[in-house]
Amino acid sequence: MKTQQPQSGSAGRIGLNVKSDCHVQVKLTSSGGITIDLKSKVEALYGNSIRTQIDDILKYFDVKNAVIEIVDQGAVPFVIAARVEAAVKRANPGINKNFIIAEPKLLKLNVRERVRRTRLYLPGNEPHFFLNAGLHQPDSIILDLEDSVAPAEKDSARILVRNALGTVNFGNAERMVRINPFPLGLEDLRQIVHHNVQSILIPKCESASQIEEVDNEIDKILKLHNRKRNIFILPIIESALGVVKAFEIASASKWVCALSIGLEDYTADIGVERTKTGMESLFARSTVINAAKAVGIQALDSVFSDVNDEEGLRQSVVEAKAIGFEGKGCIHPRQIKVIHESFAPTQKEIEYAQRVVDAYVEAKKNGSGVISLGSKMIDAPVVKRAQHILSLAKLNADK
Amino acid sequence: MQINNTIMSKQLRSRFVKNAAGRIVPTVVNGIPVIPFRGVNKYRPERLMAAPPVRSCVDYPSDGNKLVKNLKEALKKAGLKSGMTISTHHHLRNGDGLTNVLFDTVKSMGVKNIRWYPSASFPCHDYLIKYLEDGTIHHIEGSMNGPLGRFASEGKMKGTGVLRSHGGRYRAIQDGEVHIDIAVIAAPTADAFGNANGVNGKSACGPLGFALGDSEYADRVIVVTDSLVDFPCVPWHIQGNNVDYVVEVDSLGDRSKIVSGTTQVTKSPDRILIAEYIAQFVEESGIMKNGFSFQAGAGGINLAFLLLLKERMKARGVKARFIRGGSTQYLTEMLEEGLTDFILDGQAFDMEGVRSLRENPNHVSTSPFTSYNFHGKGNFASMLDAVVLGATEVDVNFNANVVTHSDGYLLHGIGGWQDCLSGKCVILAIPSFRDRVPIIVDHVTTLCGPGEMIDVVITERGIAINPLRQDLIKNFSNSKLPIRKIQDIQREVFDICGGAPQPKRSAKKNITAIVQWVDGTILDTVFSTTPNTD
Repeated sequence: MKTQQPQSGSAGRIGLNVKSDCHVQVKLTSSGGITIDLKSKVEALYGNSIRTQIDDILKYFDVKNAVIEIVDQGAVPFVIAARVEAAVKRANPGINKNFIIAEPKLLKLNVRERVRRTRLYLPGNEPHFFLNAGLHQPDSIILDLEDSVAPAEKDSARILVRNALGTVNFGNAERMVRINPFPLGLEDLRQIVHHNVQSILIPKCESASQIEEVDNEIDKILKLHNRKRNIFILPIIESALGVVKAFEIASASKWVCALSIGLEDYTADIGVERTKTGMESLFARSTVINAAKAVGIQALDSVFSDVNDEEGLRQSVVEAKAIGFEGKGCIHPRQIKVIHESFAPTQKEIEYAQRVVDAYVEAKKNGSGVISLGSKMIDAPVVKRAQHILSLAKLNADK
Repeated sequence: MQINNTIMSKQLRSRFVKNAAGRIVPTVVNGIPVIPFRGVNKYRPERLMAAPPVRSCVDYPSDGNKLVKNLKEALKKAGLKSGMTISTHHHLRNGDGLTNVLFDTVKSMGVKNIRWYPSASFPCHDYLIKYLEDGTIHHIEGSMNGPLGRFASEGKMKGTGVLRSHGGRYRAIQDGEVHIDIAVIAAPTADAFGNANGVNGKSACGPLGFALGDSEYADRVIVVTDSLVDFPCVPWHIQGNNVDYVVEVDSLGDRSKIVSGTTQVTKSPDRILIAEYIAQFVEESGIMKNGFSFQAGAGGINLAFLLLLKERMKARGVKARFIRGGSTQYLTEMLEEGLTDFILDGQAFDMEGVRSLRENPNHVSTSPFTSYNFHGKGNFASMLDAVVLGATEVDVNFNANVVTHSDGYLLHGIGGWQDCLSGKCVILAIPSFRDRVPIIVDHVTTLCGPGEMIDVVITERGIAINPLRQDLIKNFSNSKLPIRKIQDIQREVFDICGGAPQPKRSAKKNITAIVQWVDGTILDTVFSTTPNTD
């Protein structure tokens, strides 16, 4: 590695409330070898392993002379690796290789229609929230690189999220990443696309070309790494223009699996306040739902931001479900159970769906092309919906 | 009785032996020979119970007025001398101002080498470090945590700390292991005769049970109150007939820290998940049935568990016969809503707990004698259908630690923890790791509870049932709960944390404290750590 003059860089978080994270400062020197000054909460348990890990990473980046100061609040290995990598790269921006701590595992094939009742947002620069997120069994987790990450930390969070995708067990949750708008988003894609991500969320969507850009970039990166495409796209519509272009966005690629709406930005864009009744956004929500359904994909509602208001959340899911949404964003694991319960079909819905499916099975057995329930004719979409309701009911019963 | 001769002249040489649990323990502690742990229920001392000196009523004021002008006067009359044992209770918790004033007074009298025998210490007692340093206090036999724990852990205390459970503390008084020379009892309300309770007065704290044994067995008993009432003070949690002197003071301490206004339920999703697993476990196991009983605590997981169990009890129409507290607002609500017939309360954690104890005849004050004592003719703890406890570490054989951190520093007292292990189904509720510290270990840093007494470990990653409880394992063979082997959970956590922790370097030379088992035998040793540089 060539450095003209000693440079330094630091990464990670420090402070009283920081948990499961560390702060790393790298000072590149011209001689003297490597000095590691480690202050760790877990020195007695993992001090040796932390030092070895840092040595390995420095060796990988050809750093031969440096002073490393690390203040560790119990960061697990993938976090330490990410922080050291970020600090080294900040000290020497010329580095263009990545320290991959775990090769991506083969994931179960993702499917476009999978259930997405809940998608749990995890701030991309706060590893403390990653480790147990899967235990709360959201249908999807979102590692967020956009709004929850400060502009100055984008590079560091990107590395952290890449490492998390490689190592953290998120259970059965669909693994999503919300990238930044381009050009920053381009950097995001290059770090994460070939690392066990299953869906990419694109914020502030206003045109089909945005989707195509991301779509092409994903294909390009995967081709470079010789991997087959199994990554869906989830556009978030959060402006007046986006609402107008909803159908164009939904139909921009076969990889678009759902349309989602972001109401904080949308209400700001149309110059009103977001209310609990949501009257101000009814048009936008309905438009997005309609566009999604026109293309045959899911429509997913915004987040409910008052974590303490369980009843309000329940009510908002009932309303979302009533107008056609099939999922809701979560900002806290506590919201997951409430949302799943509220999206669950009612007993009446389940009974009706069962009768529809029974009638369908009966008709198939008899070789009859016409399905009838009592005096009513049943169409194929009704059967499909009934099957969906029964599978949702099963999901809740299994819990 | 003074302990000078024993503590000061170390004629008895201690050696280290391996006890029945395989732990290295000393044979002599603070100059007194001790018995290594022999196994659960293996040891019975054979001697008469200890007793206080014979007293006669004619030696006390016939008008019942035992007031003396101040604490110093009372201590002087009680015959305070160097080397004595002074006891206090911890019902005032972190709001206790009296104990610090007590040792200011002891110091001002030029007395040294006191053995302090509190039922627990709190961060407010960090003030006493200077008295440990200057020799006013020789050592502490009671819980040590925070800076006091740090002080002791770094080997700076002159004598060896002795850690006992609440029941073990009462036992030690009864079998003569600890003779209290002077008991100083903070009383939120008292009369001049010495009758006292904790439910009335500006410093109301709830029960006074932790001071009961002290009042019955000490040579001299001093009641100190900031709310003196005319005789009779009722209810009399402490009986004036056991009391020598009464002192009135302006204030016993900081009210806001004695009990909290309200108790907060945890908002941590991981802890709530653990609480959900416990509630579901208690219901599915069949423990939750009419007339059952359990122990409730005020810890984050415990409160959440209580609320979730309450929902399940309501849904199934189940009512408990009694709940052992730690009382809180949530517990008193269960009493008032008819979900339990009784609260048997060892300590009140919030204002509602205190109010309920004062007003509701079915909210009953208990003591370590009734609930936990090893030398009683039975105790309540063993009758509990379910007990939910915390721990700092548990090993793959279900042995648990509750006093030290993984770095060896004293962190908590034993409290009623060991005593509760005799409950019918003992559940340890613990996160599987904290930051990068795995909680399921190969060997606990300090052994406080033998694994054979711990039935279930419930973490956010799954539930491990002790293989000794095949009945429970069978019971849950078709459960939807994540029942797993404890080794599986440990392996998963090691994977997250980057492997098993490195072996510990411990000199195992200087003893900070010893951990007693409930029967008084020595279960384990806490060795002093090297000071942390930060």
